[in-house]
Amino acid sequence: MSIIKVRNLSKIFGKRVKEATSLLDQGYSKEEILEKTGCTVGVNRASFEVESGEVFVIMGLSGSGKSTLVRLLNRLIDPTEGDVEVSGENLAKVGKEKLRKVRREKLSMVFQKFGLFPFRTVLENTEFGLEIQGIKKEERSQKAKEALELVGLGSFIHQYPDQLSGGMQQRVGLARALANDPEVLLMDEAFSALDPLIRKDMQDELLDLQEKMKKTIIFITHDLDEALRIGDRIALMKDGSIVQIGTPEEILVSPANDYVERFVEDVDRSKVLTANHIMKRPETVDIDKHGPRVALERMLEQGLSSMYVVDRTRQLKGYITADDVSEVRKNEQKNLHNIIRTDMPIAQPDTPIHDIFEIIHNAPVPVAVVEAGKLKGIIVRGAVIAALANGNGVTDTHE
Amino acid sequence: MSDFLPKLPVADWVDLFVEWVQSAFSFIFDPLKNEFGDFIEGTAEWLSEIPPFAVIIIVALLAFFISGKRIGLSIFSIVGLLFILNQDIWEELMFTFTLILFASLISVVIGIPLGILMSKSKWAQAIITPILDFMQTMPAFVYLIPAVVFFGIGMVPGIFASVVFATPPVVRFTNLGIRQVSNELVEAADAFGTTGPQKLFKVELPMARSTIMAGVNQTVMLSLSMVVIASRIGAPGLGDLVLSALQRAQGGQGFVAGLGIVILAIIIDRMTQYLNRNK
Repeated sequence: MSIIKVRNLSKIFGKRVKEATSLLDQGYSKEEILEKTGCTVGVNRASFEVESGEVFVIMGLSGSGKSTLVRLLNRLIDPTEGDVEVSGENLAKVGKEKLRKVRREKLSMVFQKFGLFPFRTVLENTEFGLEIQGIKKEERSQKAKEALELVGLGSFIHQYPDQLSGGMQQRVGLARALANDPEVLLMDEAFSALDPLIRKDMQDELLDLQEKMKKTIIFITHDLDEALRIGDRIALMKDGSIVQIGTPEEILVSPANDYVERFVEDVDRSKVLTANHIMKRPETVDIDKHGPRVALERMLEQGLSSMYVVDRTRQLKGYITADDVSEVRKNEQKNLHNIIRTDMPIAQPDTPIHDIFEIIHNAPVPVAVVEAGKLKGIIVRGAVIAALANGNGVTDTHE
Repeated sequence: MSDFLPKLPVADWVDLFVEWVQSAFSFIFDPLKNEFGDFIEGTAEWLSEIPPFAVIIIVALLAFFISGKRIGLSIFSIVGLLFILNQDIWEELMFTFTLILFASLISVVIGIPLGILMSKSKWAQAIITPILDFMQTMPAFVYLIPAVVFFGIGMVPGIFASVVFATPPVVRFTNLGIRQVSNELVEAADAFGTTGPQKLFKVELPMARSTIMAGVNQTVMLSLSMVVIASRIGAPGLGDLVLSALQRAQGGQGFVAGLGIVILAIIIDRMTQYLNRNK
């Protein structure tokens, strides 16, 4: 079930908004509109739906409109056009009172620079949302403490934010958002201000929490690695428009256009690509049908020094080497059973390339990709290196 | 000046306006002049009747705790106040203190809400800013004239002139303090569904507190600086001593009274600053 439905949502900043809106509808670009009217297109007719319990990542470089888009969702910024439906309520149209109610009960936000109140303790910060709703002191401090336990800050409740590290501060931000028990969490570059190691921890922790809580999370980031790591689906933004929406794999494997492709080039592919993506169809011999003569012929044909052996149902039996086969032929033996070796490296289709790289390092033969005993494909060393080389060059800037 | 451009009778217009205000609003001015005046003078006299040593001990204790249990300001207060007592200008000090107290209180009570209004509305800001500029650049002596016209002579017109002179900083600093609250905190407040007053009292005012307190400090200091000027229209106190010393060319007496004002100023200034510094 879709909990958030966004249709044709636009935001134009500037004085001549009406003019700019009609130009936008006529299909003029962001630059043209800026030149003609002096207005900036923040978000350009974005449409998407978010399923309940999903982690939906909105990703783009700075200036792509992602932060504006998330603020349109809880109307910290008023949309110029379009609809934002949050569990059936069109926020673009509701009055102040109703909007406040939705913000209090359904949407919580986590901010890039934490947005904590420095004059309040950790507990008081966490209570903020509940306090605003007029919930009694004991009840709200109970709920706030539970939320703080959840993020692992149970023993810091009487500290002030400036006594905590960045990672801990953002945990408070997260606890404050969770204390309200909202349906949707809006996280605006929530981990971007943290250093890389802490960021990874927080991502893991968020995923763990998500496992338990099943909230709907809308996560804004400029970091593709982060997007791929935590997103169930990713929306890529450029110049205020959504360029592509898809699962991490779809985005990586079939980028919708050059822009996405260039974005994706930066990513550390070894973590995302799996054996499935780089394996090729194997040359095999069928142990039930073929003898040494056929095997040797095929090897010569393909220029291989070894070959995998399967049975009639493509169950992997092992591999044979050209030397062994020649030996068998000299001895006039008719079958290959005695020379099958089984010390081959094996991977599953979903094994990340990163792990395959380690397996393949000292292996005598290509890696066999096996699913339920069946040989699905093989991976040669060159393919792994090529895949890593494709995207790995820029990885360091992300770390 | 020139024959074809007759001088505009601005002074006459202002006189007419002041006269009109005086008669039209006498129902406000008269009780202010009489009842409020009596109240202030009563306060000053009551303060003068407290045994000076009790006052000195209270001030020293206050200084001690406000300054975070440091002893410096307490010692200064004790020595300074003993000096004033020794010079036999204690009663004048109490009158001056009362004048500052009421002038500052009224300035703050008017100034903070005005500052909040300014921070919330572009229109209010556009209208109030030039008025504040005007109030601050007009020589302070000028305010004595309407003060006398409305309230006669005594402490009330002195307070009136001080309020006009000393209110702008607290208005400006309140406005500034609220506008300086970081956008993210304002967004956080909004995102959790605060109402306007909730946002103001739970986020903006606490965040702006130290800026506002700096404005209050300035306001108190400015009203103190009006003490001598206000004595020209009969406000009693240390300023009056300075004035009469001036008129009789008594350098020594003037110096002593001036020193009294400086001591009072330092004590008040440091205390309000410490109030600001502590969490």
